[in-house]
Amino acid sequence: MKTTVDLLHIGDKALITYVDLDKIPLKLLEMGCLPGNELEVIQIAPFGDPIYLNVNNGSHLAIRMETAHEIEVEFIAK
Amino acid sequence: MMSIQNINVALIGNPNTGKTSVFNQLTGLNQQVGNYPGITVEKKIGFCKLPNNFKANILDLPGTYSLNASSIDENVVIELLLNKNDKLYPDVVLLITDVENLKRNLLLFTQIKDLEIPTILVINMADRMEYKGISLDIPHLEDQLKTKIALISSRKSLGITELKNLIVNYKSISTEPCLNASTIDVEYFDKLRKTFPNQLLYKLWLVITQDVNFLNLERNEILNSYTKSHSELKKLQQKETIKRYQFINDVLKIGQKIDTSIAKDLRNKLDRVLTHKVWGYVIFFMILFVIFQSIFEWSKIPMDFIDSTFASLSSLANEHLPAGVFTNLISQGIIPGIGGILIFIPQIAFLFLFTSILEESGYMSRVVFLMDKIMRKFGLSGKSVVPLISGTACAIPAIMATRNIENWKERLITILVTPFTTCSARLPVYAIIIALVIPDERLLGVLNMQGLTLMFLYLLGFGSAIISAYLLNTILKIKGKTYFVVEMPNYKLPLFKNVAINVIEKTKSFVTGAGKIILAISIILWFLASNGPGKSFENAEKIVTEKHQQKNLKLTSANLQSEIDSYKLEQSYIGILGKTIEPVIKPLGYDWKIGIAVLSSFAAREVFVGTLATIYSVGGSDNEDTIKNKMKAEINPVTGEKIFNFASGISLLLFYAFAMQCASTLAITKKETNTWKWPIAQLIFMSGLAYFVALIAYQVFK
Repeated sequence: MKTTVDLLHIGDKALITYVDLDKIPLKLLEMGCLPGNELEVIQIAPFGDPIYLNVNNGSHLAIRMETAHEIEVEFIAK
Repeated sequence: MMSIQNINVALIGNPNTGKTSVFNQLTGLNQQVGNYPGITVEKKIGFCKLPNNFKANILDLPGTYSLNASSIDENVVIELLLNKNDKLYPDVVLLITDVENLKRNLLLFTQIKDLEIPTILVINMADRMEYKGISLDIPHLEDQLKTKIALISSRKSLGITELKNLIVNYKSISTEPCLNASTIDVEYFDKLRKTFPNQLLYKLWLVITQDVNFLNLERNEILNSYTKSHSELKKLQQKETIKRYQFINDVLKIGQKIDTSIAKDLRNKLDRVLTHKVWGYVIFFMILFVIFQSIFEWSKIPMDFIDSTFASLSSLANEHLPAGVFTNLISQGIIPGIGGILIFIPQIAFLFLFTSILEESGYMSRVVFLMDKIMRKFGLSGKSVVPLISGTACAIPAIMATRNIENWKERLITILVTPFTTCSARLPVYAIIIALVIPDERLLGVLNMQGLTLMFLYLLGFGSAIISAYLLNTILKIKGKTYFVVEMPNYKLPLFKNVAINVIEKTKSFVTGAGKIILAISIILWFLASNGPGKSFENAEKIVTEKHQQKNLKLTSANLQSEIDSYKLEQSYIGILGKTIEPVIKPLGYDWKIGIAVLSSFAAREVFVGTLATIYSVGGSDNEDTIKNKMKAEINPVTGEKIFNFASGISLLLFYAFAMQCASTLAITKKETNTWKWPIAQLIFMSGLAYFVALIAYQVFK
């Protein structure tokens, strides 16, 4: 199932399939958000934003939903 | 005997890899903290003895995720690595990585390797490998990455000796890059290589893509020969990053095994509680409460001690030194001036202690995560919470704490509004005025009016910070990177050594940095108050004495002396200044004496009570009852009303709540924004608002 990171739920695991390189800061790529890498949603902040991810099984980071929307993923498991 | 050889060592690594712990392990307290010229990035150098008569100068560079810089801190790393002539150019780089996050950490490693500098891969927190189910094939990694690996634990002091041996033998480390990144655009890089055959290809690439200071001539020459647009370059940088990750993934496929079934995960459990939609906030506010408690209650004892020590030092100097101008400068200018700085040490130290524990433990990132959505509504970032909390002690370290906000607009707004929070220097002013003009009665039989007023002033501080942020957000048209990335590091028990060094270093730099300004200003103020132009100042004693003889009044010599002192003050430079500004402050309900106190408060707010004390000739501000009674007794000679009445009191409270009266804050704002534009805007906006609000308050209540 194809979706974007902002639509995932806590505990979801997904495979990054595409990132819009024009909208994503280079820093996020450097932290591991690139196609072919896995991510897991650890937590979503109380008012629905930001989202806390574990990318690449080790790189833990939080990003805002507007950025999360630019990361396309293939849903793997809950 | 062999002569001692110096090796320049640079520590480079991602944030949160324990880089500073490694630095502290290698150097102990043998460090110097300064600034890079022209910018406020901290420069930490330490010294370390090595085997075989070697010595190392160890430079702790700011944490960075890659050599694609996005902040002044990260620029420092690139500028050093590009400049072979720099005195600190490393003979060897220690690239510090976290064993739990090796993949991401290796990205930076492959970049440094491309610069052909001997680089040791230091894998830190190796003691956690078993716990996390990680095993490493070191020979394979060393072979593929073309380096030597040191497995260490800076927390448990493991592997440090082996690391020192590797540093001594740095010449044996290969300088060959571990991958060829130029395949991302063969044609382009071939052209570059041909144009500059004597330059390192990756160095050229960094000069082209990074906005860093580099030998100007060379830079222009290089820039002229590249024909790529900004967006083409950005695409290439992205391709480069992906290329490097592909290489790293291949290396780690064989070199690293992670058995997730063994891995124990405490962080998930902690995260579930600490970022919970209810418990997260409850815990955060409980921590805030403890911090406030310590800053306001626990620091009282050491602060009172410092205060009384300096008061007695002052009188001691007065008694034992020969009377004269010089003694006056020491006992009334310098000693109270230094006391005025040192009295803040307990609060500042407590504040740094807590912020340093919160950062070290990894908790601060969770607060940023919890607060971001709320703060963003006001043009701030989740990362603005830290400065706004720190601001209740002092705006200076608070403004320095804004550096990790990557969005310039959010950072600038945070810097500009932080001085609205009620800092500790406003407390003595609030305390005395509230005691004077707010009745000590209970509202509805329960709530103490004086306490309520103080609480209201704190809320007013936060409220005006938030509202000004909201206004600035709509006014300021600044475009910049709008992204927000916070790393959520693993929870760690803070290391006593790291926390202690941090508290000591930061407190020291606060005292010397801000202290210099406060000290200079108190000396200037003292000079202006104890000197005056013309005969009426010089002959004050004669004039006052004669006046009393004419009126045939009998005064005790102490009373006569205080009369002389106030007359002198009136004729001093600052007195003349006070008289000059009187028309401006009269509509706010102040007389010229309050005017002087307000004016001198523009150096630092806490000067207010001291200035009034001098003006009313009752000596030190410690003796609050006396000064309070004196203030109570002040009568307007024209109307016969009390000077400190409800209207003028409220007007003063509001003035101090809003006005930008702190030279040190202005100085730090200038330093952090690199222009006088913003501190001047702060001064005009805040003080203008203060004047306006105080004016309305006085006119309404009078």
